[in-house]
Amino acid sequence: MTAFKRINGFWLSIVLALVFFAVVQLLISGGMLNSFYINTLFFMAINIILAVSLHLIIGITGQFSIGHAGFLAVGAYASAIMTMKLQMPFALALLVGGVAAAVAGLLIGIPTLRLKGDYLAIATLGFGEIVRIILLNVEYVGGASGMTVTHLTTWPWVFFCLLMTIIVIANFTNSTHGRACISIREDEIAADSMGINTTYYKVTAFVIGSFFAGIAGGLYAHNFYIIQPTNFGFLKSFDILIFVVLGGLGSMSGAVIAAILLTVVSTFLQDYPETRMIIYSIVLILVMLYRPKGLLGTQELTSFFRLRRAVGGKQNDNKHTVA
Amino acid sequence: MELIQQLVNGISLGSIYALIALGYTMVYGIVRLINFAHGDVFMVGAFVGFYAVTSLDLGFFPALLLAMIACALLGVFIERIAYKPLRNATRIAALITAIGVSLLIEYGTIYVRGAQPEAYPSTLLPAKSIEIFGVTISSQALLILCTSIVLMILLQLIVHKTKIGKAMRAVSYDAEAARLMGINVDNTISATFAIGSALAGAAGVIFGVYYIKIEPLMGIIPGLKAFIAAVLGGIGIIPGAMVGGLVLGVIESLVSGLGYSLWRDGVAFIVLILILIFRPSGLFGKNVKEKV
Repeated sequence: MTAFKRINGFWLSIVLALVFFAVVQLLISGGMLNSFYINTLFFMAINIILAVSLHLIIGITGQFSIGHAGFLAVGAYASAIMTMKLQMPFALALLVGGVAAAVAGLLIGIPTLRLKGDYLAIATLGFGEIVRIILLNVEYVGGASGMTVTHLTTWPWVFFCLLMTIIVIANFTNSTHGRACISIREDEIAADSMGINTTYYKVTAFVIGSFFAGIAGGLYAHNFYIIQPTNFGFLKSFDILIFVVLGGLGSMSGAVIAAILLTVVSTFLQDYPETRMIIYSIVLILVMLYRPKGLLGTQELTSFFRLRRAVGGKQNDNKHTVA
Repeated sequence: MELIQQLVNGISLGSIYALIALGYTMVYGIVRLINFAHGDVFMVGAFVGFYAVTSLDLGFFPALLLAMIACALLGVFIERIAYKPLRNATRIAALITAIGVSLLIEYGTIYVRGAQPEAYPSTLLPAKSIEIFGVTISSQALLILCTSIVLMILLQLIVHKTKIGKAMRAVSYDAEAARLMGINVDNTISATFAIGSALAGAAGVIFGVYYIKIEPLMGIIPGLKAFIAAVLGGIGIIPGAMVGGLVLGVIESLVSGLGYSLWRDGVAFIVLILILIFRPSGLFGKNVKEKV
């Protein structure tokens, strides 16, 4: 019975998402949304993909990675090379961007995921910087002046990539693999002694997270006309990190809400980048001091509805804290 | 001779890294926190020194002293406001707060005085150069090196010969036991932040004198590299930070000397990842088994 309900809920969300897609598509083709709103919408979707992909690594698996912009950069440049240098179709370019980022994730994940906490954070930060410096020094992709990219990102692409990301990561979280990842987050040593191959699951989560960051990179590159290594510095990683932290470490809907909220805020503060960063940093400090579990903690938005219907019944399985 | 020249440059650069790394390593040793804001304290030190020299017409040493005092106060302030409430929180919460503080200082500085860079006056120190065996050493580099060495010796004396140094070592060994022995742990931690930040402030002034140009975001890269230096030497170990800083400075200078100056920053991070993979406890560290 519960399985039937869950499947029903799944199809309901898909239908709702498709309705949303159709409405926005109609508004765009009807010319009712100007380019400013369309751009904000694209940014929102790309930010949600990034937030959800990092949520899998930090929120679900508990591996503190602060080099996510590195994977974004790998995806952006790989897909830009496919379309601009090799004249490949956009779909293939997106896929290649994702795969390139996943390979980068695998290469960096296998050695560094043996590290814990602070050390892992610094190693991933170092990885992000190395990617930026390599891109800065390779003439083939334009070095510091960057690479011009044609505008290929359209609403259907953005929307379906977003939908795929959310479906894959939500299903991953609710699968055996996802349970294993959550157990690693809760207590790695305990998980290890229960026979969970911690390295395997950590690397898997890391690779999936980087794959979607790479897809986001492809969308980002083809939305922007030009990509430069400076777009993918530490500050970009920090932007993604704050979505996950503010939304609640371990809550996907939290990450999505935070991404939407902060994209709107930063669009309004576009002309005042310093003010934006000051607000961001103060929000981050205050959240950590007064509500360290973020907006939603590890709850999902849907679990609030479920709780109301079945008081004292089965609660959300994913409700513990991030260690 | 080219090689020796690069070594000399590397040691000057490395002594700046070492001064910053000392603050990182002391703070990590005592509260197990990577103080991301440390690089920005270094930046504030450089600016305090700059304004002391240009607006107050102070000489090098008074400006150095002023920057150290200002940074010590800033360090204690940061610790009391942002880190103290998180003493018992998760390490990730503390790390995120540290990143937040770092960005707040950077963009707060830009907000207050704008993002434009400043140039240290070149007349601050006598510019002579000494030639020894065909190697040119500027008197500036020599003075910088001497200042750093004096500060490091001073730090060793504080840590090993004074009461507060003894308290610091006790707290870093076991905070709970130290508290039971009547040591005021909070004050000791504040003192650690004060000393570490003062060293970063000194490094900021020295950096300004040596490299002339200072700007509000200048603390990020030296801060990260100093952290790499601290990890290289074994984080939490004071002589390790000194050696790590010098080694990293020499490696970078050699890479620049070989004509790959654009890859300099990359090399530092590759060193970091290699050391984390092969010897995460650092050159001087001991392997500690994790207790369940």
